Amino acid sequence: MVVGLATLGVFATMGYFVWRYRYRPGVNETGRDVPGSTRLEVGWTIATTVVFGGIFALGAAGFAERQHVPAGRDVEDVLVVGKQWMWKFQHGGGRREIAVLHVPVGRVVRLSLTSEDVIHSFYVPAFRVKQDALPGRTTTLWFEATTPGTYPFACAEYCGGEHSRMVGQIVAMPAEAYDAWLEHREPGEMPLAAAGREVFARHDCATCHDTHANKPAPPLEGLVGRRRVFEDGAALVADEAYLRESVLEPSARVVAGYAVAGRSPMPSYAGVLTNEELFELLYYLRTLKDATGVSR
Amino acid sequence: MNTTARTPSGAHRFWGTLRAWLTTKDHKKIAVLYLLTITLFFVIGGVIATIMRIELAGPGEDVVSAEAYNRLFSLHGVIMVWFFLIPAVPTVLGNYLIPLMIGAPDLAFPRLNLASWYVFVAGGALTLVAMVTGGVDTGWTFYTPYSSTFSQSHVVLTVCGIFLAGVSSIFTGLNFIVTIHKLRAPGLTWFRLPLFVWTHYATSIILVLATPVLGMTLLLVLIEHAVGIGIFDPAYGGDPLLFQHFFWFYSHPAVYVMILPGMGVVSEVICCFSRRRIFGYRFIAWATLAIAVFGFLVWGHHMFVSGQSYLASLVFSVLSYLVAVPSAIKVFNWLATLYGGAIRLDTPMLYVLGFIGLFTVGGVTGVVLATLAVDVHLHDTYFVVAHFHTIMVGGMVMAYLAGLHFWWPKMTGRRYDERLGRLGAVLVFVGFLLTFLPQFILGYQGLPRRVATYDERFHLLQVMSSAGASVLALGYLVPAVALVKSLFGKAEPAGRNPWGATGLEWQTTSPPPAENFLAQPVVTGDAYDYPNAPAPVAARGGAHG
Repeated sequence: MVVGLATLGVFATMGYFVWRYRYRPGVNETGRDVPGSTRLEVGWTIATTVVFGGIFALGAAGFAERQHVPAGRDVEDVLVVGKQWMWKFQHGGGRREIAVLHVPVGRVVRLSLTSEDVIHSFYVPAFRVKQDALPGRTTTLWFEATTPGTYPFACAEYCGGEHSRMVGQIVAMPAEAYDAWLEHREPGEMPLAAAGREVFARHDCATCHDTHANKPAPPLEGLVGRRRVFEDGAALVADEAYLRESVLEPSARVVAGYAVAGRSPMPSYAGVLTNEELFELLYYLRTLKDATGVSR
Repeated sequence: MNTTARTPSGAHRFWGTLRAWLTTKDHKKIAVLYLLTITLFFVIGGVIATIMRIELAGPGEDVVSAEAYNRLFSLHGVIMVWFFLIPAVPTVLGNYLIPLMIGAPDLAFPRLNLASWYVFVAGGALTLVAMVTGGVDTGWTFYTPYSSTFSQSHVVLTVCGIFLAGVSSIFTGLNFIVTIHKLRAPGLTWFRLPLFVWTHYATSIILVLATPVLGMTLLLVLIEHAVGIGIFDPAYGGDPLLFQHFFWFYSHPAVYVMILPGMGVVSEVICCFSRRRIFGYRFIAWATLAIAVFGFLVWGHHMFVSGQSYLASLVFSVLSYLVAVPSAIKVFNWLATLYGGAIRLDTPMLYVLGFIGLFTVGGVTGVVLATLAVDVHLHDTYFVVAHFHTIMVGGMVMAYLAGLHFWWPKMTGRRYDERLGRLGAVLVFVGFLLTFLPQFILGYQGLPRRVATYDERFHLLQVMSSAGASVLALGYLVPAVALVKSLFGKAEPAGRNPWGATGLEWQTTSPPPAENFLAQPVVTGDAYDYPNAPAPVAARGGAHG
């Protein structure tokens, strides 16, 4: 690579100069009085900047690719919860596992990462991916396994006592085998959307969030991807971060027309829902869009 | 130094001497106090590193438990960063040399200088108390919310110790800035200053501007830890990433606090042993300031996978390349200074050549890490550990040893054994490569840092690294022996200017009198006038060449 060559170049130049201009009594009692050279200085400044610019562009392009799941691909969603000192996984299909993560080959796997305590970092060296898992927020990471096999993962962010044992393995299996595996649910495990619907029902969300008119809260069908206009005139396209905020901090942004005394009438569900429940609920709300296609 | 201590009848004189040292306002003696203090911390940090390398020679919990290992790497980091690397060159060499180099009798505020040492010692003592009463297990980075609400170790005591070390840094930086502005000898204009002074000026600016942010951040951690007010822990409504922004706003510039003074040493030594003017004086001076300024704008490159926004990562990546450009300019100028020289490979020069090589390795691996897509893989692995040790140990410690050997005759009036000195330089260089090259590979293979146990597949390279570390440890003993040995027995007097160097510090006696110069020196020309410098005087230990 470029940087390796540059390093060799510096070593070689240094070695050559040190040998070529070694002190030899009677030959060179003192150094030549070479003045500086503005041309050289400007030259190597520009050259360095150009080379660095090229490396930056390559790195940024690769980084940008990881920011969004490629359009038009089927996505397998998995919730990843880090806690001292284990990794817990919950598949979109409902299965849960610890320290081992089964994934299908040839499909995009999107991890939603969060933490129950301190900062962890989910790191799969073979896939060249890493993403911190933070308490109180969700980060995402996607990869696609291309060859069946097992790939170690580890926690890369120091998190206390047993940090070095917070490791596990990804088992990449053919898609059909994965689908079959996914069906072997334990009692109590159910697909995420169904689990999310239960959370929705358990907390009586439908009492206010209903599709019928004259309810005190905005309807939720087809919400993700739609533009929302708020009390203060601001607007955004609803995404998962916005949904999350609306559940945990309803008064942060109130949809125009729904404020009561400048605030949302909805109570905060921070501390009420567990990480898993929140993930299930948000997953369910996303499927609401898929079910109806577009908004009302 | 305190030779009187060895005669029983001299007890009274011993206490008198001790008192004189502990109340001195002479920058040269304070520098020696700092030298003794930071050497002690370097030894403690080194012993801890040794235990870590022994533990890592096996994949399980072989020698110490994971809990103990976590405390070891945390203390190694805390001690080496705040009680050795940051103070080393400025408080020892800078303290000793800046007044001499600018023709002043002392620093601008001698009492503040002594106070900075006492505050530093107090901070160090608190940290050592924390260490012996159970230690701290947060890593030197104190990432929240682990440090603020989860860790059961001595976070409060350690943080207080570091806070005091920060206060000491601010005192020193302030003192240097005022001194360099106000006390330069007649004729010593800014662009006639030795580059050593320039680098300390830039360093001081960073110390004064960045260290308060560290102090504030540590206080916030304390408040959350002790009182439970939510600042960083989301369980109390805080933001864990906020800490990382604060912390790296200080700690990235702090990297330049560690390396810039070392670059000053390199510029002095390379001219002297090439018998040449420095190539591109003004470019190096401006590059120094550029590094200091850009260094404040790159902290986010520690956070590419932390969850900060995509745009932020892009911007921090670009800025990180910008700070690499002036660093590269410096390396090119040093190489160009070798061109056409009459190069003598005395001990300081060997260390400096090692510095340039390893700084280049550290620099280009830094460029690799600043590359967004690559950093996603390498972040928080051994690659990062190897990278910053290459800059800090391969670069900064070698520059410090170069400076210590170069100015040792000036500070003590005695010459050290040149053959031992060179042996030390070679051993340190080779030991360094053997220790850290395997760690670059380990990181590339995906071994996360800060792990007490690891998978079998990393075993061989870990053993190689530990074996290399034993060479490195041996390497550090040699210069210690060489330098200490020179203090005992029959002295080989250094004379005023054994290296035939330019610079005001070589025009006074070795060691200099309390007032530094008997008459006010006047400067009439540029720095590094080697074409007109006196010839070096060979030491008894070995011939030049």
